[in-house]
Amino acid sequence: MQAYVLRRLGVLILTLLLISIIVFLVMRVIPGDPAQIILGTEANPEILAQVRERLGLDRPLLAQYLDWLRGLFTGDLGWSFHYDLPVASLIASRLLVTGPLAALALLVTIIIAIPLGIYAATHHNRPGDWGIMIFSQLGISIPEFWLGILLILLFAVYARWFPAGGFTGWGEGPLGALRSLLLPALALGFVRAAVITRMTRSSLLEVLGEEYVRTARGKGLAERVVIYKHALRNSLISVVTVLGLQLGGLLAGTIIIESVFYLPGMGRLVILAISQRDLPVVQGIVLFIAAVIILVNFLVDLLYGLLDPRIRYD
Amino acid sequence: MTKRSRYLASRPFAIGLSLGGLVLLMAAVSLFYTPYDPNKMEIPARLQGPGPAHPFGTDQFGRDILSRVMKGAINSLAVGLIAVGIGMSLGVLLGVLAGYYGSWLDEALMRLMDAIYGFPAVLLAILITSVLGPGIEKSMIAIGLSYAPLFARLARGNFLSLKEREFALAAKAVGRSGLAIAWRHILPNTFPILIIQATVCFALAILAEAGLSYLGLGTQPPDPSWGRMLKEAQAYMNLSPWPAVFPGLAIMIAVLGFNLLGDGLRDILDPRIKFLKR
Repeated sequence: MQAYVLRRLGVLILTLLLISIIVFLVMRVIPGDPAQIILGTEANPEILAQVRERLGLDRPLLAQYLDWLRGLFTGDLGWSFHYDLPVASLIASRLLVTGPLAALALLVTIIIAIPLGIYAATHHNRPGDWGIMIFSQLGISIPEFWLGILLILLFAVYARWFPAGGFTGWGEGPLGALRSLLLPALALGFVRAAVITRMTRSSLLEVLGEEYVRTARGKGLAERVVIYKHALRNSLISVVTVLGLQLGGLLAGTIIIESVFYLPGMGRLVILAISQRDLPVVQGIVLFIAAVIILVNFLVDLLYGLLDPRIRYD
Repeated sequence: MTKRSRYLASRPFAIGLSLGGLVLLMAAVSLFYTPYDPNKMEIPARLQGPGPAHPFGTDQFGRDILSRVMKGAINSLAVGLIAVGIGMSLGVLLGVLAGYYGSWLDEALMRLMDAIYGFPAVLLAILITSVLGPGIEKSMIAIGLSYAPLFARLARGNFLSLKEREFALAAKAVGRSGLAIAWRHILPNTFPILIIQATVCFALAILAEAGLSYLGLGTQPPDPSWGRMLKEAQAYMNLSPWPAVFPGLAIMIAVLGFNLLGDGLRDILDPRIKFLKR
């Protein structure tokens, strides 16, 4: 196990380094001069030279990369041209919206998917199962931003129960903030719930066919005990893994959903940064999200072994 | 059961084929006929609900939504087709190279694929469009690149298992070169599984393109695109909900159709999955 973890850790570091190289190189192939992009075409040549020097653009590419990498290790993701603030602090402040949104969406996913998956598996090949499978197939096919628009239409424009967009901020009280996050979390969570429902159903169906479940039934245990105490616990191992792996899609999903609901999170920041040509912000956020996805995949991989002692690593 | 009757008996395949066929037909018809010019503005007729003159209603500029949905199908299908083409060619090439040469090249290529896999399509598109500017071609490249690791892993895995099979060993025994065995014997045998993956990726690419166009990074105006139509409709939702309904339905039907087609093909072409399902 220890050797496996070390090997995976080595691969993780290598992958993160590769990601940093990809992001760095993509940002350096910009047609035109980044200093010119920041200052505009009318800029004074002297100031242009100063900005180039400040950004380190006059140095060799490898030196620029190593400097940038050194900065990453100390939490320095660069400086925003537009906000005149460190990118790391900008990301940290926007995480106060994106983090709770992703967590709430994950909660919505679990609340919808696990009961539906259990119901479908325990009512296999009956109308309830078919209905849930149709729901799941539709859920996988629905664009989350369209679902968000439909939720705004129903619950904000017509029923007026929720705000159509914007964020009241945590300082105004958690209830107001949660109210602004609920519809976007529903849109994000519903789509993922469709995937997890299928996963829970198929995983539980597989476990229900195992011999130890037959033994539990054979010794006269109540069906409820067989399902919840014996079968479900084992079937949830793979569901937890898939839930973890969904986090990548969830973070990518927040980018679009934050634009639908005008939430001042990380996703909206990166979209605004593109139109403002604020490249360090784009670079920092893309790197941050990609690193989180890789790290979560790594942790899920390890968690899988801890949750299921039958799994042996070579 | 013959292969033909297996196709006919698979319900997901039949439904998927019908829905996917409907979208294809809509795109094909729009090449030479749409009820109105999709970009023609008619301000007096703006934000009308569905009716005999405009079955899907009109948008904020009085443009016919049905005509725009029809034309938008071409963009979505084109992005899907080209993005999957890019992802599949690049992925299969790298996967076969990794599987064939093994050793450090295999390790290096697979780590590169892992790194690209860390970028969801939207993120990769953000990175690319922030540098090259928005546009339909860039979204095709970004979406295609993000699918390359899926095809690479699939091609490599299949290559490794198939190269030990009797037909590959027999080809080796009669003196065929390694690359000829890979190209002529192993690759055609991985086609069924690649086609299934391509169909699923095609559906995902339509979804990704719609998302990117919604963000303003994909298809640019005045070309109609389903994602962009939804973005424009959102501002006028309190006046008329219809412009926000039909483009979304079109995306859902297309994605559902190709998803089901992928499921159906998997049932028909991959007997192992069929066995597990039973």
